[in-house]
Amino acid sequence: MGGKGIRIEGLRKRYGKGDTAVDALKDVNMHVAPGEVVGLIGPSGSGKSTLLKSLGAVIDPTAGRMTLGDEVIYDDGWKVRDLRALRRDRIGFVFQAPYLIPFLDVTDNVALLPMLAGLPNAAARERALELLTALDVQHRARAMPSQLSGGEQQRVAIARGLVNRPPVILADEPTAPLDSSRAMTVIRILNDMARQFETAIIVVTHDEKIIPTFRRIYHIRDGVTHEEAGEGRPVG
Amino acid sequence: MISLAGRDILHGWGKFVFTGIGLGLLIGVTLVMAGVYRGMVADGRALLDNSGADLWVVQRDTLGPYAESSSVNDDAYRGLLTLPGVAQAANATYLTMQVRRDHVDVRAMVVGIAAGRPGHTPGWPPQLVAGRHLARGHYEAVADVATGFRLGDRLTIRRNHYTVVGLTLRMVSSSGDPMVFIPLKDAQEAQFLKDNDAILQSRRRTEANPALNRPGVPGLLDALLESQSTNPYVNAVLVRLQPGHAPDEVADTIRRWKRLTVYTRAQMEGILVGKLIATSARQIGMFLVILAMVSAAIVAFIIYTLTLDKIREIAVLKLIGTRNRTIAAMILQQALALGLIGFVVGKIAATFSAPYFPKYVLLVPQDSITGFLALQAICVLASLVAIRVALKVDPAEAIGG
Repeated sequence: MGGKGIRIEGLRKRYGKGDTAVDALKDVNMHVAPGEVVGLIGPSGSGKSTLLKSLGAVIDPTAGRMTLGDEVIYDDGWKVRDLRALRRDRIGFVFQAPYLIPFLDVTDNVALLPMLAGLPNAAARERALELLTALDVQHRARAMPSQLSGGEQQRVAIARGLVNRPPVILADEPTAPLDSSRAMTVIRILNDMARQFETAIIVVTHDEKIIPTFRRIYHIRDGVTHEEAGEGRPVG
Repeated sequence: MISLAGRDILHGWGKFVFTGIGLGLLIGVTLVMAGVYRGMVADGRALLDNSGADLWVVQRDTLGPYAESSSVNDDAYRGLLTLPGVAQAANATYLTMQVRRDHVDVRAMVVGIAAGRPGHTPGWPPQLVAGRHLARGHYEAVADVATGFRLGDRLTIRRNHYTVVGLTLRMVSSSGDPMVFIPLKDAQEAQFLKDNDAILQSRRRTEANPALNRPGVPGLLDALLESQSTNPYVNAVLVRLQPGHAPDEVADTIRRWKRLTVYTRAQMEGILVGKLIATSARQIGMFLVILAMVSAAIVAFIIYTLTLDKIREIAVLKLIGTRNRTIAAMILQQALALGLIGFVVGKIAATFSAPYFPKYVLLVPQDSITGFLALQAICVLASLVAIRVALKVDPAEAIGG
């Protein structure tokens, strides 16, 4: 569960060597507390995707320190050994497109993660159904992803991101394909889930509709983050 | 843990089934090819079994009577009967030709059999499925049912007509041609008989030759003409041994005393399988190799395409922590499932189509098991390319940018 959220200090990422080296991240500092939803915004090429991949333990930073809950997961070149287990058990992902597995029904799309973590199928499905109920899509539990609306697919994707109760969720443009009303619904759900499960949620977005809902926003420009207060406009 | 491969197959079952059917037809052809080879071997063995002989006595230094032509004097059998260990010796002729009935002709092996009785005289068909055995010295025939002839049909062999009095089953040559049994004298004539014009020309030449038509030697010309119009040769003498005599020993005795070539059953089988159908076997072997390669290419292409279709899902699976071996197992299981569908379809196709092939197709369980294992091995190999691609997928691909 939540713990102390996620903390990033002096994170840097350099691509290439010598004259052709590019510093995608120069000095990233962030802290997201359990139960908090923060926005991460910035123009194209500012380093958002690199930061998201670093936070998601998909690429290795060049320097800095990342702490997830009480556990240091990266510290100046040192990193935890099993990144796959880290991604599976301690980081949730919600993508711009839902990217549900098309050959699994809704329940198994959500239950797959706990199954991969070793939970028995029945228990994993039970946990998935609890989340689907919380997200109000339990009535589509046996449906295939292709039979769902865009909003329903995104809710199922959120349920998949939450199902292993990770301390942090990384949401990459989760409202981009949705209209205004559905986008606000997704943000409301993320806020509710963050509070309910004490999860720290980082939402990368360009969406002007949802930016005013964040209490805190991190701007990233040329690989450097700047924190500022958001409007914290109430959602739904 | 749920079966990702099984779920994917169920989700896109149409694609799998139709690909499996296509692959299955290819596998069916492969099994039939193997069956054709088995059928050729079985035909060869049936030929030897049905002849009822323990030894084949043929012209010296030939591989007759089936693999090469062979001529043995038709009175040689008398001498063989005097040798120790020989119970029966009977002349036989073999001639593969077109046998006509009305306006239809059938490729058949015409076998001339010496007077005797079935089960006793070598060369006779062991049993009939309809009618009776030959009972007259001329113009009767016993035909295999594969010729399509029926009892009472009138056949034409050279210039003579024969009535079908009996039908046999699975009496075929090593190349699968059905047999037609006729009396020995008729068969000898059929091998030698020329048309009337050719006979007249031959007689005219002999009469015009002063060395052969000597006025001072009465009867010489008649004797020469008589010898030219008869055929005192047969292709082989079939020998049946008395109980307790070793074939090799009797064969050695015949070779020593009669200056003929003798083959035992094992040697004759070696000639049929090792020489007569060896080229066909190599040909079939080449086809099998090509078909295996085509099957591998198809499976590899299909699995590769299916994997490319799932690159984004594989990236997501890897991002959320799925092990590489789980993803590899999913692709491998799909390839094996495709192979299984292909094999089942192929086996059914081969089983139902085999009777319609003009040559005997013998499908043996051993070939099916070997084919199944080979196909699964091909599927495993074919899936390696797709697995390699899947394992190279970067989980970062699931994250935009």
